[in-house]
Amino acid sequence: MRHILSVLIENEAGALSRVTGLFSARGYNIDSLTVQTTEDPTLSRMTIVTHGSDDVIEQITKQLNKLIEVVKVIDLNEADHIERELMLIKVRATGKDRDEMKRMADIFRGRVIDVTEKTYTIELTGPGDKLDAFIKAIDATSILETVRTGASGIARGERVLKI
Amino acid sequence: MEHISGAEIVTRCLQAEGVEFVFGYPGGAVLEIYDAIFRQEQFKHVLVRHEQAAVHAADAYSRSSDKIGVALVTSGPGATNALTGIATAYMDSIPMVVISGQVGTSAIGLDAFQEVDMVGCSRPIVKHNFLVKDVRDLAATFKKAFHIAKTGRPGPVVIDVPKDVTINKCAFEYPETLSIRSYNPPTKGHPGQIKKAAQLLAEAKRPYIYVGGGAVQGGAGAQVTELVKLLGVPCTNTLMGLGALDGTDPNFLGMLGMHGTYEANLAMQYCDVLIAVGARFDDRVISVPSQFLSNPKRIVHIDVDPSSIAKRVKVDVPIVGDVKHVLTDLIAALKEGNLRPNPDALANWWKQINEWRKPNSLLYTPSDELIKPQSVVQKLWEITHGEAIVTSDVGQHQMWAAQYYKFRRPKQWINSGGLGTMGFGLPAAMGAQLANPDAVVACITGEGSIQMNIQELSTCKQYNTPVKVLSLNNRYLGMVRQWQEFFYGTRYSHSYMDALPDFVKIAEAYGHVGFKIENPADVEPVLREAFSPALKDRLVFMDFRTDPSENVFPMVQNGKGLNQMDLPPHMHGLQQVPFENNRDYGNLC
Repeated sequence: MRHILSVLIENEAGALSRVTGLFSARGYNIDSLTVQTTEDPTLSRMTIVTHGSDDVIEQITKQLNKLIEVVKVIDLNEADHIERELMLIKVRATGKDRDEMKRMADIFRGRVIDVTEKTYTIELTGPGDKLDAFIKAIDATSILETVRTGASGIARGERVLKI
Repeated sequence: MEHISGAEIVTRCLQAEGVEFVFGYPGGAVLEIYDAIFRQEQFKHVLVRHEQAAVHAADAYSRSSDKIGVALVTSGPGATNALTGIATAYMDSIPMVVISGQVGTSAIGLDAFQEVDMVGCSRPIVKHNFLVKDVRDLAATFKKAFHIAKTGRPGPVVIDVPKDVTINKCAFEYPETLSIRSYNPPTKGHPGQIKKAAQLLAEAKRPYIYVGGGAVQGGAGAQVTELVKLLGVPCTNTLMGLGALDGTDPNFLGMLGMHGTYEANLAMQYCDVLIAVGARFDDRVISVPSQFLSNPKRIVHIDVDPSSIAKRVKVDVPIVGDVKHVLTDLIAALKEGNLRPNPDALANWWKQINEWRKPNSLLYTPSDELIKPQSVVQKLWEITHGEAIVTSDVGQHQMWAAQYYKFRRPKQWINSGGLGTMGFGLPAAMGAQLANPDAVVACITGEGSIQMNIQELSTCKQYNTPVKVLSLNNRYLGMVRQWQEFFYGTRYSHSYMDALPDFVKIAEAYGHVGFKIENPADVEPVLREAFSPALKDRLVFMDFRTDPSENVFPMVQNGKGLNQMDLPPHMHGLQQVPFENNRDYGNLC
């Protein structure tokens, strides 16, 4: 099953490689991983999307906690949560497809953030499946380039991940 | 405040930590540190002949004492040579600090001479590691490193120190305290869980205590013994746990696992309540989890490392905490509630265990012509009164040492259990002897393993470590040969060692005493001589020419259950299942 783990980790050189090294050394999956410093510059917040049986997810959580630099780990799937991903997608936009592409972007609440005579670059945010749906909805041959950030997640309501 | 160099800070930190010995080997990147060592007298430096040995010696120094071993190596090849030793310590959770030199910070990443990314190379095999880029961070890093190494589940910590950091100067003050917000190892176990464990023990019909290296490292030998005595229950130790309960204790069933005794393994399979203490249900102990769990049992698992719990086997009562604390509380809970297993059921359980004990699965056929390796270990036990610190290498001799030397106390048995590192024994004996100058230290090895670090005979001479080396020389890589005999149609592919050296001459060339023993009748006299006061201060190398066809029994083959052992010839045909359809094992008790 797919899980989203949120990790608070010391913002130190090499900390990221400890996390990724752990996943590869123990044969765990990383579907996506995002990381950035938090409002407290000594801390980074990581969102790791992974999948595995409950036992594997339990081990991943424990192994992450065992890393000296990891301050806290929560499994967002344990309660309601929100996840968002950002995609930048460059598409061919010529002739009659140009209007159609703009309409599709609007439907998905995307924004065209760069324009040339032949292309649009569209910014789209949402849960991963919405981005997948957009890719499916447009003509595959019109896609020139996609770049996705991977999911960032946060708990709903008053639940917070803090030290 | 006076400003001193990073190199001097390194030595001052080691002094502040009460370090007695640093095992190391100099080189370009650590010359400043070596110069600082030259100018101080508080701790001694032991010059090994290969960096791997430095780390093994530091490791065994920790294993055989309550102190922390320290190794010092240079950058590049010095660092990579240390890796096997670091991994060895990591797999067995041994506290240790390894200082590696590094090229100057401005040269890092430029493929400089003797540059290797030590932090990257060692990352998967350390508890933690540091690259110190600023001399002002050195002292705090050392404080953290020692703290992390010895607390919680112990392990090796690497400090990588670039050369310019050892040259740069700053004020020095060793921090008295520290706090690492992201690192708070547990101590006390959860009282509710401890109560549950006590309750389970009281309900048990076939209780069993399974003790691993965590009890040895966690200093919980006394608590294990008290628990066993209080309840009168049977107990087994893993390879790493040997000595946690006295090997001569009547409640001790011997080591369990791949080469465990018949009774220890069957009790593990058929117990109904299992208390696991600082042990991790690894593959060499329980083999396949599904086989192990095919006879239902309720399991209490006490471990300081939460990730050890429910890793291979699901348990009913997990207790995260320092084993010493948890056992103390468990004993108190049992006493307070006057909780004991049902005496009739327990008596029946012992009756069954004593049946299993009767055939003596460690029996072997003595010989007048060939030296039986087991007999050498037994004689060693007699002659050293079971009091020696014994190190070993890896292979058949290691298993025989574990089976036949009845370890009396924790930290008496020093071996590479997790990683299985050949070449560990001799440098480990050196480290153990330096940590315990008055102890008798014996290294049980084989002609294969000893040659992986034989150069340390030279270090032993230089530092007068009078260890006694017992090489069980069967001319084969014995354990490989055994597997080839069992599983590869006796095709002994590259497990025979031709062109062996004359080990007596080698020992003598290094300035030691050497004996070659070919006749079973000579085993005892030579051992007596080697351990006599006359040779007390000498390293004695004993080259025992042993029976090359001897195998280690019992044996649980890969993929088999603990009740499917290959047994020694005198036990062939013995039923390993107490009842057919033993799911309803309740009849027994």
